[in-house]
Amino acid sequence: MSLQVTDLRVYYRTLAGDVQALDGVTFGVADGEIMGLAGESGCGKSTLGNSLIRFDPRMRYIEGHVELDGLDLPIRDTNAMNDFRFSAVSVIPQYAMSALNPTRKIGKMIGELLATKDIDYQKVRPEIERRLDMVGLARDVLTRYPIELSGGMKQRMVMVLSTLLNPSLLIADEITSALDVSTQKAVAQTLVSFRDHEFVNSMMVITHDMSILYQIADSITVMYAGKLAEKAPTSVIINSPRHPYSQMLIASLPEVGVRYADKHLTGIPGNPPSLLNPPGGCRFRARCPLAFEKCLEEPPFIELAPGHSVACWKAV
Amino acid sequence: MLTLDAVSKSYKVGTFGGKELPAVQNVSFEVAPGEVVSLIGESGSGKTTVGKMILRLIGISGGQINLDGNDISAIKGHDLKAYYRKVQGVFQDPFSSFNPMFKADHVLGMMRDEYFAGISAADWTSKVEASLQSVSLNPGQVLNKYPHQLSGGQLQRLLIARALLLDIEILVADEIISMLDASTRIDVVNLLGDLKARGLGILFITHDLSLGNYISERTVILRQGRIVEMGATPGVFGRPLHPYTRMLIDSVPQIHQKWGQIEAGLDATTVWAPAATEPCLYHAAQPGSATTAAPAGLTGSGLVEVEDGHFVGCVQPNADGTCGGRPA
Ligand SMILES: Nc1ncnc2c1ncn2[C@@H]1O[C@H](COP(=O)(O)OP(=O)(O)OP(=O)(O)O)[C@@H](O)[C@H]1O
Ligand SMILES: Nc1ncnc2c1ncn2[C@@H]1O[C@H](COP(=O)(O)OP(=O)(O)O)[C@@H](O)[C@H]1O
Ligand code: SF4
Ligand SMILES: [Mg+2]
Ligand SMILES: [Mg+2]
Repeated sequence: MSLQVTDLRVYYRTLAGDVQALDGVTFGVADGEIMGLAGESGCGKSTLGNSLIRFDPRMRYIEGHVELDGLDLPIRDTNAMNDFRFSAVSVIPQYAMSALNPTRKIGKMIGELLATKDIDYQKVRPEIERRLDMVGLARDVLTRYPIELSGGMKQRMVMVLSTLLNPSLLIADEITSALDVSTQKAVAQTLVSFRDHEFVNSMMVITHDMSILYQIADSITVMYAGKLAEKAPTSVIINSPRHPYSQMLIASLPEVGVRYADKHLTGIPGNPPSLLNPPGGCRFRARCPLAFEKCLEEPPFIELAPGHSVACWKAV
Repeated sequence: MLTLDAVSKSYKVGTFGGKELPAVQNVSFEVAPGEVVSLIGESGSGKTTVGKMILRLIGISGGQINLDGNDISAIKGHDLKAYYRKVQGVFQDPFSSFNPMFKADHVLGMMRDEYFAGISAADWTSKVEASLQSVSLNPGQVLNKYPHQLSGGQLQRLLIARALLLDIEILVADEIISMLDASTRIDVVNLLGDLKARGLGILFITHDLSLGNYISERTVILRQGRIVEMGATPGVFGRPLHPYTRMLIDSVPQIHQKWGQIEAGLDATTVWAPAATEPCLYHAAQPGSATTAAPAGLTGSGLVEVEDGHFVGCVQPNADGTCGGRPA
């Protein structure tokens, strides 16, 4: 097992109280596995990804345990995490593209970042250039400003940068969401080849786009309102999901060729619950067409078959 | 009716702005009331540049943009403000549109100061609630929150709600659904459907080809700043004429069909180019004239009408825009 997360609970402190964004999640990622993490906006995907790399000052560790390659990951200790961040576990944050400092040339920015890790930019420059070639970026991007690059170019730049030290785990947060289809395909395939070239050992690919995960992920984990709803090998989630939420999520994808004039597609009615004071029992209850009395109790996340776990009373 | 007539844009790049980068060249199309036009193209093809020119956020290097027959390419001051009452935009990156120091609904308050100076508090509140409702936002969930307390999807819907506060004719929607999850995307796209039924013209810049196909009347495909194909959406998707359009359609991730073998190599990321043997429909339709001579009704667009209302451009244009393709 490359990554093992056990009972992780992370809340956000707010004046109104704690936002229970990550409320007890347990899962593992195998060596070489590309794990897809899907779910609606606000369900806690980024919180899970970020908590494995850098606690935001507003984040509050409640409980839980994270192991990477057999070592304890000291996630709650921001300083201790310095030894792991970027070298052992690296992230491509959501909106990384827009976070690039617009007034610094890309090469200069990389130099500064490497300096904080005591790495000499000129020494690693040939490797950077080799990887730029591999992702189809001209080497002269290093002398350009972020504003001069399009979204796809910036995204590939960030990918090269975050995997430069061959981390064990790469967390990619919504990195294909803002890209056009051909670039999206290229970036998604680049992720797969980073794994195949062993630039990274395993990966957590966060996206709400199930069809991208269907293309590249080995397993898909579906989150709902701060908890895991289902985790299974990709073909199982897509073809025979057991959690009603996974089923509705997959059914909301547009079939090719459907037109508004002929047939109106529908999303999932209703909204996810507020995580400030989430309801007890199954958090999907208010939107679930199958809900029954038992659902007032919280369904456990149970392994139905090897590698296939579900949290739903109807599925057990 | 919004009309772009041979619109071009060059950015000045390089240390002293010494080099010109032609981002958009010779782009002509229309957005009529009550229709959605999808503008599709890869990263850097110039889609946002087109949107920003329409919204007058950047200048126009060549050509003309008209709203209801009036040239808006150079209007200023009062006229520009009147134009913004009719034409509004929502852009792809919700975060850069918000100032982290202010509450997120500050963007709505700014609209009040700018366009609704005399409105009563009660009228304003019901206006805000109606526009939030129309983008499926619960006022209690989003009002009085700072941007970091809201998800990207919530922020994006808030920006659409802001545009809808005005009684606009044209909405430029640049990748507004790219940060939204699949189930919410459908709702927002259906919302665009409601808006077009109310007579709004929408330029829907998107990379989601399935949803572009779903919602739009017409589709414009942009490559390297030039239109390569445009026409009624069922024609463009059902009978694509340009090999680039076919490649885009093949790249769409589908749920029960894999892209095909994902190669260990990374050559998939190299820039698309037509096969040397690819025949050029433009050349075929303009025998003997390897130029950008315009079909009737289009000023120098470099397109040729292959079937009713379905246009295609040259497969391999030369740097000056002339046809470099081979006959079919
Ligand atoms: N302010 C600028 N200065 C210089 N070049 C620019 C500027 N803005 C855009 N460009 C360049 O103009 C071209 C078109 O960019 P544009 O942002 O319009 O593309 P796009 O189609 O919207 O791409 P994406 O899908 O990534 O949003 C690109 O080559 C880009 O690098
Ligand atoms: N800094 C923060 N302060 C308070 N609440 C937050 C903060 N960041 C995120 N949240 C809340 O935590 C929940 C999970 O958010 P997030 O992890 O960003 O979701 P996702 O990545 O799945 O869209 C949401 O309810 C969101 O509003
Ligand atoms: S536990 Fe009950 S409410 Fe929750 S998903 Fe299953 S059936 Fe629906
Ligand atoms: Mg997120
Ligand atoms: Mg753009």
